[in-house]
Amino acid sequence: MESADREKSPGSTREAAAPVQLLTPDGRRVEHPEYSIDVSPEELRGLYRDMVLARRVDAEGVTLQRQGELALWPSLLGQEAAQVGSARAVLDGDHVFPSYRDHGVALCRGVDPLALLAMFRGVSNGGWDPEDHGFHLYTLVIGSQTLHATGYAMGMAKDGAHGAAVVYFGDGATSQGDVSEAFNFAAVYDAPVVFFCQNNQWAISEPTEKQSRVPLYRRADGFGLPGVRVDGNDVLACLAVTRAAMQRARCGQGPTLVEAFTYRMGAHTTSDDPTRYRDSAEVAHWAAKDPIARLRTHLLDTAHADQAFLDEVDHTADQAGQRLRALVRSMPAPDPHAIFDHVYADGHSLVDEERAQFARYEASFAETGGN
Amino acid sequence: MTLLTTAPADLAPALVPPPATRTLTLGKAVNTALRDAMAADPKVLVMGEDVGRLGGVFRITDGLYEEFGPERVMDTPLAESGIVGTAIGLALRGYRPVVEIQFDGFVFPGYDQIVTQLAKMHARSLGKVRVPVVIRIPYGGGIGAVEHHSESPEALFAHVAGLKVVSPSDAQDAYWMLRQAIEGDDPVIYFEPKRRYYEQGDLDTTRPTRPLHGARVLRQGTDATLLGYGPTVKTCLAAARVAEEEDGRSLEVIDLRSVSPLDFASVAASVRRTRRLVVVHEAPVFFGAGAEIAARVTEHCFHHLEAPVLRVGGYHAPYPPSRLEEDYLPGLDRVLHAVDHVMSF
Ligand SMILES: Cc1ncc(C[n+]2csc(CCOP(=O)(O)OP(=O)(O)O)c2C)c(N)n1
Ligand SMILES: [Mg+2]
Repeated sequence: MESADREKSPGSTREAAAPVQLLTPDGRRVEHPEYSIDVSPEELRGLYRDMVLARRVDAEGVTLQRQGELALWPSLLGQEAAQVGSARAVLDGDHVFPSYRDHGVALCRGVDPLALLAMFRGVSNGGWDPEDHGFHLYTLVIGSQTLHATGYAMGMAKDGAHGAAVVYFGDGATSQGDVSEAFNFAAVYDAPVVFFCQNNQWAISEPTEKQSRVPLYRRADGFGLPGVRVDGNDVLACLAVTRAAMQRARCGQGPTLVEAFTYRMGAHTTSDDPTRYRDSAEVAHWAAKDPIARLRTHLLDTAHADQAFLDEVDHTADQAGQRLRALVRSMPAPDPHAIFDHVYADGHSLVDEERAQFARYEASFAETGGN
Repeated sequence: MTLLTTAPADLAPALVPPPATRTLTLGKAVNTALRDAMAADPKVLVMGEDVGRLGGVFRITDGLYEEFGPERVMDTPLAESGIVGTAIGLALRGYRPVVEIQFDGFVFPGYDQIVTQLAKMHARSLGKVRVPVVIRIPYGGGIGAVEHHSESPEALFAHVAGLKVVSPSDAQDAYWMLRQAIEGDDPVIYFEPKRRYYEQGDLDTTRPTRPLHGARVLRQGTDATLLGYGPTVKTCLAAARVAEEEDGRSLEVIDLRSVSPLDFASVAASVRRTRRLVVVHEAPVFFGAGAEIAARVTEHCFHHLEAPVLRVGGYHAPYPPSRLEEDYLPGLDRVLHAVDHVMSF
């Protein structure tokens, strides 16, 4: 939908470099002068497997929400390459700060997807240990986590650790003051952090033109850090660019902004109705750049994989999806007394008092059989 | 612009237009108030995230973009500090911005602008500057939402001098309180009980006599007063009905409507009659609106009280995951439990 005010904006004409691309939409391998990558057939198959699994788990989230098992689900559909490619550049010792749509990153880091589903089922507000997989809690308040990643990276540098932090956020998030402050702190302290912005073209109903008059990767200029735009539907390019940025960070050369140019194929969340604000032609245009289809074509064309492999990947992903569905459905309701757990690390007398009060109140129903 | 508080009842009956009453949802009443305010005053602007073509995530600004265009219905960049800060600038320039914050938990990036700037500018200029910004915030729980989408932060605003804080409980108030908030010259934080958006009510389009900050007695009673605002008013009314049917108790119910300023005279008058008070809000009771009301009642009505003022509300814990929210929220059972308790003295 080209709205009147969208046509007025310079969004379509503003200057942007061609995104880094290593795999074309029709599955051809191309070279890039700055970013080369050497991936074995096995690695290629691994990336394919990761993306298919991410898509399958994501579809399960949408289905479970439709069935009333989840309160909400933010779908990653279309962003598999951006998430898997970047996440596979993360090494042990690195630390990831996700937003709320980064299920593919979580999977690559080894986070149990059940924990993500539990959150959107209304059973927990996170609950996993960020140190287990170097994967911080999801952050729903747009942009906040960019500062946490920056601070974490500053700490890593102070400790002389070899790792880097990488933080995920959206195109809309770049408008938040916190994000600009994070860019600046990272630059000023040379923090080992990679800012991975998934520009999926939409922030709920607002197109990226409403957030910025310059291509997002160019924001980096003003803060004194390098910015690069990568084809976000090209898993190889995302891997190569993020790998280089992480390596720079780990070697003490400071932060990088990576803008993965991609597309949110689904609704913002299961509560959203995108037909109110965007055109199906735009969706169709991006469907032709599907990240999984292009790697599949490449794998088949190069004979790095055969149909049997693709079938096996689909089957495995499907089994994982079905297992999740069963586990979500049988997930026990949380214990109401948990409301009072972990409010403070060192305890608090009022919480103790209210916990006891609540227990007495609950017990009064048991005695009287409810009222 | 002055607040129109002249009562139509003061006019000769022949001049009173026939009451134009219609039935609509609370959400639609807010939408209608915005439309009518924009039609009445070209300086009224609507701004926020997704308020344009989408009509807001709750569709409260539905149709306004089509009717008034992008100059007056502004889809802003995703930045609450930016939204509030530029609304302040627009107000200084003579506009009357009505800002939508998408959810309660997302007002905080804009909190600095609200507290350090919006609230204080009139005083700092010794009254020379007026900043008539209205900030609409869908608030409260009960809709099964994820984190940051169910909170009740009204006390965090009521604590700040310079801000007015109101919350309607039905369609009629949703419409008129927003009209009055927009017409007034002070900043108003207008909390919309999101779980009541779809409740039907009658809207009488003749301008009401009740001022924006007046409380309303919804049900008269003699044994105790239940006081709520926003989403808990309906709970209080339900509790009063059950208490009457099951225990023969006569409960008075007050809809406070305004947290700042408080219509304390109405509260005190009720307490002097019933001698018992239970305050119900979703926000945590610790340092909440109920604490202020209880303290004032103790100060001013001490000799009329038969029982301590009780509060029913949220706990001193983060709003829980939604599968636990019914245990956290002050529902019917907890209100009735408090009524039993207050009557036991
Ligand atoms: C501070 C804050 N304001 C508003 C919201 C409501 N909200 C949730 S997602 C969203 C859009 C985010 O867009 P983008 O950053 O592009 O990420 P995407 O959803 O596209 O992944 C908004 C406005 C929020 N979560 N936090
Ligand atoms: Mg986006």
